Amino acid sequence: MSEKSYRDAIRDAMMEEMDRDPKVLIMGEDIGVYEGTFRITAGMLKKYGPKRVIDTPIAEAGMAGTAVGMAMLGLRPIVEMMTMNFAIVAADQILNHAAKVRYFSGGQVDVPMVIRGPQGVGVQLSAQHSQSFESFYAHFPGIHVVAPATPADAKGMLKTAIRGKDPVIFLESAALYGMKGEVPDDPDFTVPFGKSRIAREGKDVTIVSYSRMLQLSLAVADKLSKDEGVECEVIDLRTLRPLDMDPVYASVEKTHRAVVVQEQWKPFGAAAEIAASITEACFDDLDAPVYRVTGEDVPMPYARNLELLAVPHEEHILRGIRKVMYVAE
Amino acid sequence: MAKAKRETSSAVADPAGAPEWTELLRQMILIRRFEEATEREFRKGKIGGYLHVYIGQEAAASGIISALDEGDIVFCGYRDHAQALALGSDPNKVMAELFGKGTGVSKGKGGSMHLFDVEHGLYGGYGIVGGHLTLAAGAAYALRYQDTERIAVCYFGDGAMNIGSFHEAMNMAGLWGHQGMCPIIFIIENNGYAMGTSVERHSALTDLSARVRAYAIPTERVDGQDIFAVREVADRVVQQVRETGKPFCIEVNTYRFSGHGAADLLQPYRPKEEVEKHRQRDPINILRERLSEAVSDDDVKAMDEWAIDVAAKAVRFAEESPQPEPHELFEDVVAEHQPRPVRESEHE
Repeated sequence: MSEKSYRDAIRDAMMEEMDRDPKVLIMGEDIGVYEGTFRITAGMLKKYGPKRVIDTPIAEAGMAGTAVGMAMLGLRPIVEMMTMNFAIVAADQILNHAAKVRYFSGGQVDVPMVIRGPQGVGVQLSAQHSQSFESFYAHFPGIHVVAPATPADAKGMLKTAIRGKDPVIFLESAALYGMKGEVPDDPDFTVPFGKSRIAREGKDVTIVSYSRMLQLSLAVADKLSKDEGVECEVIDLRTLRPLDMDPVYASVEKTHRAVVVQEQWKPFGAAAEIAASITEACFDDLDAPVYRVTGEDVPMPYARNLELLAVPHEEHILRGIRKVMYVAE
Repeated sequence: MAKAKRETSSAVADPAGAPEWTELLRQMILIRRFEEATEREFRKGKIGGYLHVYIGQEAAASGIISALDEGDIVFCGYRDHAQALALGSDPNKVMAELFGKGTGVSKGKGGSMHLFDVEHGLYGGYGIVGGHLTLAAGAAYALRYQDTERIAVCYFGDGAMNIGSFHEAMNMAGLWGHQGMCPIIFIIENNGYAMGTSVERHSALTDLSARVRAYAIPTERVDGQDIFAVREVADRVVQQVRETGKPFCIEVNTYRFSGHGAADLLQPYRPKEEVEKHRQRDPINILRERLSEAVSDDDVKAMDEWAIDVAAKAVRFAEESPQPEPHELFEDVVAEHQPRPVRESEHE
């Protein structure tokens, strides 16, 4: 084990896989000479050269589409989207092509590619640079959607993504890039998709989350335990597609209460799917309706005070817990 | 894989001693008869969805693909039956795919617009206009990255040249070509219409090749009804692209005699006289006349009967083939973590 930042864990995963397999390459905007907007790819051009670390024009459809073609011909491209907001430009390439060629070819090709980049709220990045896309991508069959909450998971799941046979949307939280955590040193350490993780055990209420909101949920759980003796069980979904709900159901059978926490907008969001699934599977176990903690239903404003009002904070998670426990605020 | 090339066009310039030209005539007649059969079966309701046939454009498929070597790969749009047949796909399996049968090239999951036959070099038929151009450019990069001599060919219509992915693909291919990393031939199948919108009405600049040259990709324009001309350009360009790893674009000026799709019966966007005029330049007749010394009318009649028979047998094979098994619904979505049935009881 070594202590690593989320950022370094992502870089380590890519470089270890590039060392291991010459078929792995990376492309993106300003990832080479410029060394990356978030410096995830710093040093990679120097080490691997321009054939494997490809600076592309600002052309997301071109990046994603060429990656699909490379993957169909046996390479393992990683596409860095400067932010996932820009990947919408490549929606046709990702959703109509990457996600479907295996199926409409009757399984004649693998499409081993990763599209990765940061998403979610930053600091005053305003409406076009602060969005979350997990429910958007997770709606579509044919791709996997990953949203790691820790450096270890970031490394282990990115390796699984690179070694796989399918397109993976790898959603990073820019706000977590500096977060440190213990990461296994074994170059073959991987974290499988479709395995939710119990991040904290508890008996009173189940909190379900992923990515940055998982960290926020853990902070609330610790505080509640210390201050009020309420024990939250916190579950990290890790991957939105495939979605592993069984540990969530087992937890709800025990706690009878569930709060789902996401940064993205409430309507048709990931929490809606999770809450509906809990209701279908655990209706008789529930002592309260599943509560959703979400961002406000508005484009992200620029003004700092408005931005802070738009996203969920600890107090909102706390409010959700009190609500499902029928405790007055 | 594509069939190994036998002779170059210059080696067979004399039609009298040209078994390959005779073979190409036979192939074009097969494509024509096969497409006519698909139109009939569509009208009978045996083929569903959309159906876009290649009638009138046969020389664009046969002239280019016959110049390729084994291992070369082809991407195309949704008008893709001819490319599959020219690459050597089994007509039975192609027809079965159109019928939505489990014996189809893509197990009945793709249909007319998504023919796929990797074994023969066909990396797909695609249904989003222009979307596949970026895939083809990436595939070409992968071929060179893996130190092969293989090249990619990407067919698209004039109508695909106004969408963003066309420009992004051309620019990236042009850039990668500077490093010899993009061995691809783009084929503009300029049949004059984007569905029903003529080139004059859909492209601000009607010189389509010029728009490709803007991305540092050289171009050449050719009479797409004359397979001799198409093949002559193809031979030169294939060799050049294979040697240099740089992209090239051939604008094939052609015309589709049938409607845009099988449902395009009225064709209000073009006068009947225009279609009639172009029918006078049928690529099959042009080749036939060029081969008149080597190929007799009886020979052509025999080829035609053979083609009609192959198409009829393909229809029979498709008809008699089983539908895909229900479990196929969930196969090939992803390699791992296959989705669970929503209606479990129906799939036990």
